[in-house]
Amino acid sequence: MSLLWITHGRIIDPASRRDGPGDVYIAGGRIVPSLSAAQKKRAKKIDAGGRIVCPGLVDLHVHFRDPGQTHKETIVTGAQAAAAGGFTSVVCMPNTSPPADTVGTIEYIHHAVTNAVVRVYPTGCITVGMKGEQLAPHGSLKRAGVVAITDDGRCVQNNELMHRAAEYARMFDLPVLDHCQDESMTQAAVMNEGVVSTRLGLRGWPHAAEDLIVSRNIIISAYSGAHIHLQHLSSARSIELVRRAKKDGIRVTAEATPHHLALTDEALGTYDPNYKMNPPLRTEADRRAIIAGLRDGTLDCIATDHAPHTDYEKDREFDQAPSGIIGLETALPVVLAVLVRENKFKLPHVIDLLTRRAANVLRLPAGTLVPDAAGDVCIFDPTVTWTYDAKAGFSKSSNSPWHGRELTGRVCTTIVGGRVVFDGQRIAS
Amino acid sequence: MPWTRRHLITIEELSREEIEQILATAKAFRSILDRRVKRVPALRGKTVVNFFLEPSTRTRIAFEMAAKFLSAEVVSFSAAASSTTKGETLRDTAQNIQALNADMIVLRHSAAGSPLYLSRLLHIPVINAGDGAHEHPTQALLDVFTMRDKLGSLRGRKVVILGDILFSRVARSNIHALTKLGAHVTVVGPSTLVPYWFEHLGVQVSHDLRSALADASVVMLLRIQHERQESSHFPSLGEYTSMFGLNKTRASWIKPDAIIMHPGPINRGVEIDSDLADSERSVILQQVTNGIAVRMAALYLCAGGQPEAVVNVN
Repeated sequence: MSLLWITHGRIIDPASRRDGPGDVYIAGGRIVPSLSAAQKKRAKKIDAGGRIVCPGLVDLHVHFRDPGQTHKETIVTGAQAAAAGGFTSVVCMPNTSPPADTVGTIEYIHHAVTNAVVRVYPTGCITVGMKGEQLAPHGSLKRAGVVAITDDGRCVQNNELMHRAAEYARMFDLPVLDHCQDESMTQAAVMNEGVVSTRLGLRGWPHAAEDLIVSRNIIISAYSGAHIHLQHLSSARSIELVRRAKKDGIRVTAEATPHHLALTDEALGTYDPNYKMNPPLRTEADRRAIIAGLRDGTLDCIATDHAPHTDYEKDREFDQAPSGIIGLETALPVVLAVLVRENKFKLPHVIDLLTRRAANVLRLPAGTLVPDAAGDVCIFDPTVTWTYDAKAGFSKSSNSPWHGRELTGRVCTTIVGGRVVFDGQRIAS
Repeated sequence: MPWTRRHLITIEELSREEIEQILATAKAFRSILDRRVKRVPALRGKTVVNFFLEPSTRTRIAFEMAAKFLSAEVVSFSAAASSTTKGETLRDTAQNIQALNADMIVLRHSAAGSPLYLSRLLHIPVINAGDGAHEHPTQALLDVFTMRDKLGSLRGRKVVILGDILFSRVARSNIHALTKLGAHVTVVGPSTLVPYWFEHLGVQVSHDLRSALADASVVMLLRIQHERQESSHFPSLGEYTSMFGLNKTRASWIKPDAIIMHPGPINRGVEIDSDLADSERSVILQQVTNGIAVRMAALYLCAGGQPEAVVNVN
């Protein structure tokens, strides 16, 4: 039985309210309360050197482009990027090619995941081909192992269909994740509608198009009793709608991305497509509302929306460049900068948003260091400053607005099931 | 102050002094247009490539003539005739044009920001001939050149821009140019095409034509770009004309010495009464002629010429 002993760490495990110096032990891939003296002798020992030892990070929103768009990313490279960013469990979106709307595609993903260094959970489509016309076989997808259904990247526009999807998926206890965007209001839109889009002459994506669908989903959740998770919320109004819905006991949860926390549409002045995402970067008022939503629990967790695109796809006219940025390798330092240093969140709170609370949304077996939990650990130094080189990262793509920027906080070790998969430099082969 | 820019991408980034320099240079070139032999050797041996990925009549011909009058070689090509229809990217096409020894590129593109993108990619000057709904700097320069010619200083003058402001690069460039030159700008039109965001660019937003026109020295009409809009922006061209079209009654609300401008192409009977377009107050065709001089100035300066040296060039 493989044994791992992590010493001299500051252990932060929000689930057990643990925060202080101590050791973490893993035996047979699971967290154990302690090791015997004999086991300690045999155990592989990692000296955390006073750095933070926390549960492996959990990301409910990644695009690994596999199958079909493996020039951008694969399950293997995506998982490596996750490990380098301290993530040990990730949920990948089904907008692959073909979309993950059949058991066969989910089986392919399960097969590919055997070569991944972190835990990769697939999701299935809400509708066939993500076309928003006909329900995908949620029951069969669930049996094949999806943890949720979503048409992410698209949004089911037909309210009747979304209502039936929620009602049907509820039978299988499958959460419905929704990318909230009224498409009729966002035709050809490439950035937030407002002062900056007016100045730049770019077609605006009004936050009202998100707010409308958030309202729709709250109403459908209340009506059907289904759990609907609202992906990457970007608008202050949406967050206020979720706050009230939660007060009313409606089963909605919601996530925010590091880029919506850190950046606003002011960053688009040079038409750099690395600031083009969907939903778009919004205003400072929206950014403040997202931070407030994370502070009071309206937003459940942080998710990266890691969305790889190659240079030749991304480096072109702003209107024609695809939306999205990679985020797994920068999420932790970006979130530390915004929430801990700028907004004085306590470190355990931030770790909670990246671990236990994220896992809880989809009831993933992850996000804690309590005994018998999976031996998934992230060790990081919150003080070290480094320059991020997206080309030197583990993702197959390098479309990041943080390329070349100084970041503070870096992952030193990532452990999955008691095995070191990232040692601060290299990915375990 | 010497001229230092190699590219002309936006009016927004220009200082008032730089606008004055271009206008002064254009004024010198304007006199050439009245000569029998319209040619100076300023750009002899240079090749200007007009790279137009959107339809254009006036701008493209004016740039071609401007380049020819400066003795440059000029090559023009459009989207339909280029490899962009074969899937070649803007980046690759532009780098090929540069590799073909072009000395300057004049770009018209439907995507806002694309001239800036090319200017960072290439080592030859890039002149923006209109990028999406963003800017059309030489249009604004020829407009203020024409206004100056007719009215003198623009400081304190009221300029009304009427029509589809939201989708208009002409409006944006004119807003920047006019506010920098001290004019008071009011943008007018239906609320869907004139959103209040424009107030942040330093202009008045109005949906009431009568009060907006009251003390205007200039009324600049913009074409309703039905090709850029979904049907939801206003009910019909007929309704637009009845609410915002400039007809004789409404033209009587403006000052007697005010001028009527339009960047073209005009839709007679839609945004402007046909007779008004041809009236004494209309300077529409003078704008077009001045456009050559302004583009000569833009090409000359971005190629490394200096404003004070124009006299020698002549």
